[in-house]
Amino acid sequence: MSVLHIDDLRTSLTLNGRQHHAVREVNFRIEEGETVAVVGESGCGKSMLAMSIMGLLPSIAVVTDGHVVLEGKPIERESERQMEAIRGARIGMIFQEPMTALNPVLTVGEQIAEPLRDHLGLSRSEARRRAIALMERVRIPSAASRYDSYPHEFSGGMRQRVVIALAIACGPRLLIADEPTTALDVTVQRQILDLLDMLQDDGRMAMMLITHNLGIVAAHADRVVVMYGGDMVESAPVRALFRNPAHPYSRALLASLPRVDRDLSELASIPGRVPPLTRLPDGCRFIDRCPHAMKICQALPPRVPVADDAEHEVRCWLHVEGSGRDASAG
Amino acid sequence: MLLQVEGLRVTYPVSRGWPVPRTSYLRAVDDVSLNVGAGEALGIVGESGCGKSTVARAILRLARADEGRVVFDGVDVTRLPLRALRKLRPRMQMIFQDPAASLSPRMRIGDALAEAIAVHGITHGGDARRLIKETLSDVGLPPEAAARYPHEFSGGQKQRIGIARALVLSPSLIIADEPVSALDVSVQAQILNLLARLQKERGIAFVFISHDLGVVRHFCDRTAVMYLGQVIEQGDTRPLFDRPAHPYTRLLRTVSPVPDPDIPVPPLAVEGEPPSPLDPPPGCRFHPRCPYAAERCRAEIPALRPTMGHLVACHFAEAIAAQEDA
Ligand SMILES: Nc1ncnc2c1ncn2[C@@H]1O[C@H](COP(=O)(O)OP(=O)(O)OP(=O)(O)O)[C@@H](O)[C@H]1O
Ligand SMILES: Nc1ncnc2c1ncn2[C@@H]1O[C@H](COP(=O)(O)OP(=O)(O)OP(=O)(O)O)[C@@H](O)[C@H]1O
Ligand code: SF4
Ligand code: SF4
Ligand SMILES: [Mg+2]
Ligand SMILES: [Mg+2]
Repeated sequence: MSVLHIDDLRTSLTLNGRQHHAVREVNFRIEEGETVAVVGESGCGKSMLAMSIMGLLPSIAVVTDGHVVLEGKPIERESERQMEAIRGARIGMIFQEPMTALNPVLTVGEQIAEPLRDHLGLSRSEARRRAIALMERVRIPSAASRYDSYPHEFSGGMRQRVVIALAIACGPRLLIADEPTTALDVTVQRQILDLLDMLQDDGRMAMMLITHNLGIVAAHADRVVVMYGGDMVESAPVRALFRNPAHPYSRALLASLPRVDRDLSELASIPGRVPPLTRLPDGCRFIDRCPHAMKICQALPPRVPVADDAEHEVRCWLHVEGSGRDASAG
Repeated sequence: MLLQVEGLRVTYPVSRGWPVPRTSYLRAVDDVSLNVGAGEALGIVGESGCGKSTVARAILRLARADEGRVVFDGVDVTRLPLRALRKLRPRMQMIFQDPAASLSPRMRIGDALAEAIAVHGITHGGDARRLIKETLSDVGLPPEAAARYPHEFSGGQKQRIGIARALVLSPSLIIADEPVSALDVSVQAQILNLLARLQKERGIAFVFISHDLGVVRHFCDRTAVMYLGQVIEQGDTRPLFDRPAHPYTRLLRTVSPVPDPDIPVPPLAVEGEPPSPLDPPPGCRFHPRCPYAAERCRAEIPALRPTMGHLVACHFAEAIAAQEDA
């Protein structure tokens, strides 16, 4: 049984009285001990997807179709009370800006101890002991003496460690990290990612890592979900995506990356830009920027396997037999 | 040399302490020397707070140099009277991470460009209008863009406008402070290609600040690596990134993500975060984090000296290279 199964999920947003799909027919699984990266450019729906899973959507947004299945049980229609319990204990969360997840007027130790008392029913002194152990686990130096520090006394990297300690406090089965290192320097970023890898291995946690950085994906993910305009356009094991990207958007994205380890003559750039939610095309969302667009692309493409690899799927008419050109073109 | 920076020092007063705050001095840039030839692109990399933007601001005299000189095209900018400085300004332009910050929200794009042209007395009337139209087209914007306001543009388009505003003044140097950091990668590639074209076609020199080593490798001929206010390594970009000599550059190189799952990720040899520039460590500023630190490193500041094909500020660069690359 997968820890998480996102089953044809749709989330729509009401803007000026009209519904728009911020997430459309997204479909993937995360197994125990696995890291699935969700990548895509700004506004493609990564955070909306995360919020849909955690039941934290803004009031104008709602899951309209499909399921969020956590350890075999759909949770997308659970009550707010139920979701609160699930978030505290079974799903841990880490966000880009650690300060938003921390309470500035509580000591970091108290903040880590709180869920231990609420969800695991520990006594005050027992929770304190466990909180210090957690701070040590996320490698906060001299943890015991920093229990009574406030968040503003910590550096950005140390704050993110506190948020991680909070997220794993109750031993969640699923960890959702939404751009956990985007605000951090590269050296600290690497320390945090290594820490997440280590914690995940130990706890056999499933991890959903949201990022726009394909370098991070290459080093830290097992599988990748590529999103564009709310659609999952490709999903693949990490090597397959980098070696054999199938969707024109994934291909263009990979070709547009400058690299520190080698010289590229010119960067491929995708013409135009991601349309805003209110102006997304109905069919393939990429149609206005795609060099291979065909008439049929005005309809939503189906999910099809790539090169008979059941793990590698793409949503693009080029790969549907009999619908147009040769899939290997481009 | 188009631009020479020699022994630059910049300090900021900061008040700290509680309940009675005291003023202390933060040395954001400490003895930095750089040079940029005509048409050349120099990259500056380093972590947050290491002084990159302060160097940029001191070059444009937006921050005061306590010591050192900034010589632009043979003229010492640091001591220039204001009137003469104003004359020089159009030739040194700056573009920022957030181009909106330099655009007035209530001014149409065409008017903003016309104002820049008028202030510097570049040209006027029909010639100015023609220049605006040509420049907009040069940065890939339609002529209609002139009649629109900044909020009507996306991040990438705003950056094109920021570039156009610099270009109308025909600069010989553009200082670009994280110009693509806020952009999505597909748009980042558009802007980098545009800047590369301008460098080639118009012979504009760049000081290009970024924390992304991949972007710098792609765009910059030479690169300076900064740590806590100092340049610790400098040289031609390719050899610098392929065979970094300073332990800090080695660290930056190992932690810079490479988008290729088949390239092994070396383990992290360095713990900790950069210390505060308010209390820089004595001796080599990197010594508290350096795996090779020895007694000498704690006592003696390493000079930036030529070795192994570039400039390196490390007492033991050769020995470390012999050991690591063996
Ligand atoms: N509260 C909101 N009101 C209106 N539109 C919203 C709201 N939240 C998100 N959107 C829109 O929904 C779409 C998806 O947004 P989302 O935040 O999921 O993107 P993202 O992939 O997380 O982007 P980023 O990389 O910038 O974080 C975007 O078009 C965004 O503008
Ligand atoms: N106006 C100011 N007053 C006081 N301190 C300042 C001021 N501007 C910058 N500093 C400090 O000077 C140091 C260098 O700052 P600077 O902005 O040059 O760094 P940077 O390398 O550009 O960093 P980033 O990558 O975050 O932009 C930092 O410690 C910063 O906090
Ligand atoms: S479905 Fe059509 S428009 Fe969309 S990516 Fe494939 S070929 Fe391009
Ligand atoms: S001088 Fe010493 S501390 Fe500094 S980088 Fe070299 S070996 Fe490390
Ligand atoms: Mg987001
Ligand atoms: Mg800066």
